[in-house]
Amino acid sequence: MRPKIQLLSPELTDRILGEAFQLLMNPGVRVGSAVVELLRSAGVEINDGVARLPEPLVRKCLASVPRDFYLYNRQGGKAVHYGGDDVHFDPGSCCVQMLDPDTMEARSSETRDLVRLVQVTEMLPQFAAQSTAVVCTDAPSAIGDLYRLLVVLEHSDKPVVTGSFSAAGLEGMIDLLAADCGGRDKLREQPRAVFDVCPSPPLNWSEFGSHNLLDLARAGVPAELVSMPLAGGTAPVTLAGSVTQHAAESLAGITLHQLAGPGSPIVWGGAPAIFDMRSGGAPMGAIETVMLNMACCEVGKHLGLPTHGYLVATDSKFVDAQAGAESARSAMLGALTGINMISGAGMIESLACHSVEKLVMDAESIASAQRLVRGIEVRGETLATGMFAQTGLSGNFLKLKETRALFRQEQHLPSSVIDRSARGSEPPIDAFTRARTRVDELVSNWQKPSLTEDVRRKFRAIVDRAADRAGVAAELPGK
Amino acid sequence: MPDQLFGAMRQSIIDGAPDTATELAQQALANGIDPLDAVNQGFAAGITFAGEQFGCGEMFLPDLLASAEAMKAAISVLEPEMLKQGSKRENLGKVVLGTAKGDIHDIGKNLVATILSASGFQIFDLGTSVAPEQFVAKVKEVDADIVGVSALLTTTMAGQKAVIEALDRNGLRPRVKAIIGGAAVTSKWAAEIGADGYSRNAIDALELAKNLMSKVTNKGTALA
Repeated sequence: MRPKIQLLSPELTDRILGEAFQLLMNPGVRVGSAVVELLRSAGVEINDGVARLPEPLVRKCLASVPRDFYLYNRQGGKAVHYGGDDVHFDPGSCCVQMLDPDTMEARSSETRDLVRLVQVTEMLPQFAAQSTAVVCTDAPSAIGDLYRLLVVLEHSDKPVVTGSFSAAGLEGMIDLLAADCGGRDKLREQPRAVFDVCPSPPLNWSEFGSHNLLDLARAGVPAELVSMPLAGGTAPVTLAGSVTQHAAESLAGITLHQLAGPGSPIVWGGAPAIFDMRSGGAPMGAIETVMLNMACCEVGKHLGLPTHGYLVATDSKFVDAQAGAESARSAMLGALTGINMISGAGMIESLACHSVEKLVMDAESIASAQRLVRGIEVRGETLATGMFAQTGLSGNFLKLKETRALFRQEQHLPSSVIDRSARGSEPPIDAFTRARTRVDELVSNWQKPSLTEDVRRKFRAIVDRAADRAGVAAELPGK
Repeated sequence: MPDQLFGAMRQSIIDGAPDTATELAQQALANGIDPLDAVNQGFAAGITFAGEQFGCGEMFLPDLLASAEAMKAAISVLEPEMLKQGSKRENLGKVVLGTAKGDIHDIGKNLVATILSASGFQIFDLGTSVAPEQFVAKVKEVDADIVGVSALLTTTMAGQKAVIEALDRNGLRPRVKAIIGGAAVTSKWAAEIGADGYSRNAIDALELAKNLMSKVTNKGTALA
């Protein structure tokens, strides 16, 4: 039996969806001009940029969403299954700061940081996918999104959770992915990446967000809705109210997306959080933030959709006890909810800063969560009597062939980041120091991905062209 | 040919495959290979490698134990032939082992016995809940080099001190070295009760025992 946890009763889920459909009619949803024609042709009434989406239309769009899909690695293997209760993790994305392990201060993130994060993620089986984890502030911001994806693709074979900063950026990013896999048709068939697309709370699909949804739907590249209501700030203070807003924003996103490209893959995702009443921030480590992610995902599951959430992050400024506690518990709860893709590992300071040391520590929490959801399995004909038949009362279980054959399946064997050793003669080493050592080991064992010179050249040509167009060619690192 | 055979012997120990190890030992005898060479150039290399792998976290206790069992299987085939030829595997030292009085937890002690034995030490295992005078008697009887006392419980750790005091009373130290181990035991405790060494696991215990035999102190905590 796979352990599972649920926060919403069927009645409450129905009420959430019922009110979400009401919100789509009143007050309606603000939409960008890019989708006005599309919506009008579907019979939607739009006044002053506000669309009223009738339930039958939304339901029709929901019906065309694929129930599941895969992301593929560079070798063409299925690496991530969006659907059912399968759980995957990827590092948090898009922050602009990096925790410097020498000074313990946050500094601007650069290409070398992204490379290190990608290398470590590549080496850790806990992460099914990469993310475009940090913005490289040493690269021109005009092509920042494209450049991030380039760095990831040059250093990884895994699928990527990414996102664009502009419509032009998205085009270039899709070009990169297509160049990698052998064309746009192949990319549609075997997508390597999923693109996060965010509405602005409350109930606003901005010009950029709307445009992005349309482009992704038409290209057939998976989109991941990242609705982020802040309970008490940009959304109702009640958790149930914020889940309802999340549902309405996500339903609106699905409607725009499926009208543009029926059957194109899309994920019911999000980064909902409470609004902190002292700091005015979005506390990612708060238990209520975790509950919001769990409940939003449950609504998506009720609709039969692939799901995503934002967990395994902390509000601490360091990789300390608070970071460990907050990240580990949300990894567990997210896994028990069966969220298909859980983003956020490695992040500190409420998603403002990344730490590669935290990433390797989070990998241990994730491994524990993955172990937990595998549950208690029955192996062999008997549970204990067969083994006792061999040992009697001697207690010699360590010598049994069953022990050697099964302990690796029964136990997660942690890396050196986790200290379970007996106290030796040397002074014990703290977790952060162990994590630093582990990062160095992983980076030194990382191997270049199987990328042909031809594809590399195509990559560079796409990025150079975009940089030329943006007038920033001279600012590219390495130029 | 012998090189290939030695390689296979080494691998059979790393794989923890007693049946293969037995077959290879028999094959060596049938081919007229010196049994001592089979041990030193073949099987022993496997147990050394397994120990290293365990030390760096690549192998685990069940693997290590299986390697030791495979070693035992090979040695049991080769030993009679060695005796016949008058050659003998180098005896690294005589070790008396037991758990402290009142303590019946013997997984750790058994692991140390298995690893030390597989590596060439001669083991005299007194079992569990052993009184200090039993340790003393055995040390005298076999002229032991090392005494190892294991204790899992904080309540039975005092028994380790009692053994060391009994060895001292009988004038057996410093000739006989006393080492201790167990979940609650630390190098600090070892120093406090005047033990000659402490190690936190069976592989470190092997290093410790070797160091004590050669009076060289680096790995483990051989206390001055």
